[in-house]
Amino acid sequence: MTLAFVVSSSSSLVHLHPVDMVIIVFYFALVLAIGFYLKGKANTGEDFFMAGREMTAWVAGLSFLSANLGALELMGWAGSAYQYGILATHWYWIGAIPAMLFLALVMMPFYYISKTHSVPGYLKLRFGEPSRALSAVSFAFMTVLMSGVNMFAMAKVMQIVLGWNLNFSIWVSSLTVAIYVTLGGLRSAIFNEVLQFFLIWAGALLVPILGLYEAGGWGNLKILITQRASEQYVHMWAGLGSFTTNPMGIHWTGIVFGLGAVISMGYWTTDFLVVQRLLAAKDMRSAEMAPIIGAGFKMIVPLIVILPGLLGLGLLPEKLVPESVAAATGGHSYNDVLPLMLARYCGPGLLGLGITALIAGFMSGMAGNVSAFTTVWTYDIYRPLINSKGSDHHYVNMGRWTTVIGVLISVGTAYLVMASASIMDYVQALFSFFIAPLFGTVVLGMLWKRATGPGGFWGLLCGTLSSISMWAWVKVDPTALRYVALSPNAKALAQDMYQALWSFLVCVTVTVVVSLATTPIPHSQLAGLVYGETDIPKIGDVPLYQKPVFWAIVAAVVFVILNIIFW
Amino acid sequence: MTTGRSVSIWFFIGLSLLVNGLLILGAGLYEIANPPAPELQVVLFGLHASAWWGGLLALIGGFYCWHYAPSRASE
Repeated sequence: MTLAFVVSSSSSLVHLHPVDMVIIVFYFALVLAIGFYLKGKANTGEDFFMAGREMTAWVAGLSFLSANLGALELMGWAGSAYQYGILATHWYWIGAIPAMLFLALVMMPFYYISKTHSVPGYLKLRFGEPSRALSAVSFAFMTVLMSGVNMFAMAKVMQIVLGWNLNFSIWVSSLTVAIYVTLGGLRSAIFNEVLQFFLIWAGALLVPILGLYEAGGWGNLKILITQRASEQYVHMWAGLGSFTTNPMGIHWTGIVFGLGAVISMGYWTTDFLVVQRLLAAKDMRSAEMAPIIGAGFKMIVPLIVILPGLLGLGLLPEKLVPESVAAATGGHSYNDVLPLMLARYCGPGLLGLGITALIAGFMSGMAGNVSAFTTVWTYDIYRPLINSKGSDHHYVNMGRWTTVIGVLISVGTAYLVMASASIMDYVQALFSFFIAPLFGTVVLGMLWKRATGPGGFWGLLCGTLSSISMWAWVKVDPTALRYVALSPNAKALAQDMYQALWSFLVCVTVTVVVSLATTPIPHSQLAGLVYGETDIPKIGDVPLYQKPVFWAIVAAVVFVILNIIFW
Repeated sequence: MTTGRSVSIWFFIGLSLLVNGLLILGAGLYEIANPPAPELQVVLFGLHASAWWGGLLALIGGFYCWHYAPSRASE
């Protein structure tokens, strides 16, 4: 066995050794074995689509977090940390923790008590069929397209990092996912997400440990970054008083109100891809504890994502550049920083584990997309709109077939993107259109008794259309950025923040106005769906340390302290 | 979490950590016995991260495999 490993700018970023390949092959064998093992435990609709609703708080919580911890997420945010400095941490702290705690304490009881199978399912119960249809069709369509986009992006990463053939990466990963989700349903997806969580930590944690050792500690790393970039790269809030005093071109209002109050709330509380994991919890306390456990781990994810990016900025001898420049010059882009740092410290075996963690992240993300698509298609589109009289067995079979078809559509999308790369930008933009308005609709539905069916539907539709309009406006006339994002200096991420904020406000305004102009829903029909009309079951006489609210307060305090430390 | 009379998810995780840990530990020990040329060594090679990190993973994985072994669960 040769021990050579080379970081080269030729055909691939790193070179694997036989032991690395054994680790990767073992991972594929293990996930397939789990799929076959779970086949016998996915016979009913509850088993296949909801994992039997028997997940503990820890399994549901880790799965909830892992669904968002994909390979592109890891590499992309490590690259953002290199590009924007510690500001990228906002997407892990204020961009996640308040939303997760809000979901746990305020929204989860309604999702859980209503016994819905999905977020569109809740909209059906609260606002009626039109809102469900709008939400389900848009979610199913976009989820399966996003899965394809991610598939292509990951195959591209494997080509750049390892020199693997695109077709090989696409087909091997998609067939593996199709097999294990078809066999075991949501339970299989959840098992693999928890496995991926451990692999990511096992594969990536050495980078910050060895990196900080090499840099001489956090204090020295800050000095190195200040010398190479500027002091603003190591402050989270100090430079946000103006659009021009931070690397991202964003104001604190965009971070607090756009990211913290709207985008993260929309994603973590209404994106069915992540919420589905919580609906599989075995009881109410587990469903509430799961996002709090997820929040606890989310706060330390920057250790393996943001810190490697900062270490790259402080330690790598070469300067990384934007993707377009890297393609033209043959250099390395920001997004290569995580594989570069892995290659810097990880010898044979460790490198294989790091690459396996990336592959696992990608595959579990795809499995999450496919299992969510399958549930929404079967329960929110096929059953109410096409065949409402099928047996449970029929719907399980539909779920298995939909899994295969969903994977095939994803593969088709991946090849479409391969033919025209601009499709990727459009699909990613389209997905973001629905998140903020959907949060407005769901949260008003849960907290305001007066919201009516027409109000919910028109609010959701107008919010989504306003988001699309703003995006198109800036696309056609880039100077419109000064109105949409309040500054001509705003970068793409800043535009997203404000676009989400305005579309949320449009959704809420339209929902309120239309609701007040239409007939109220009788209170008797709102039981179990709305605050004030729902008897939320008590957790019971349990010690303080077993109460979700106690751990939510602990998480909130840690969150505040971390922001102060890295201010 | 277990699935009825079934294998716990933590057992699968333990198995993954144990096998990966042993492979990495083996590769690390091989590197200590047969060090690569200096220009081919990773940064901080002298810390032998593969050996101790692989050993740590194997220990954790071994504990999980033992604690969540199907035979113990069915006792």
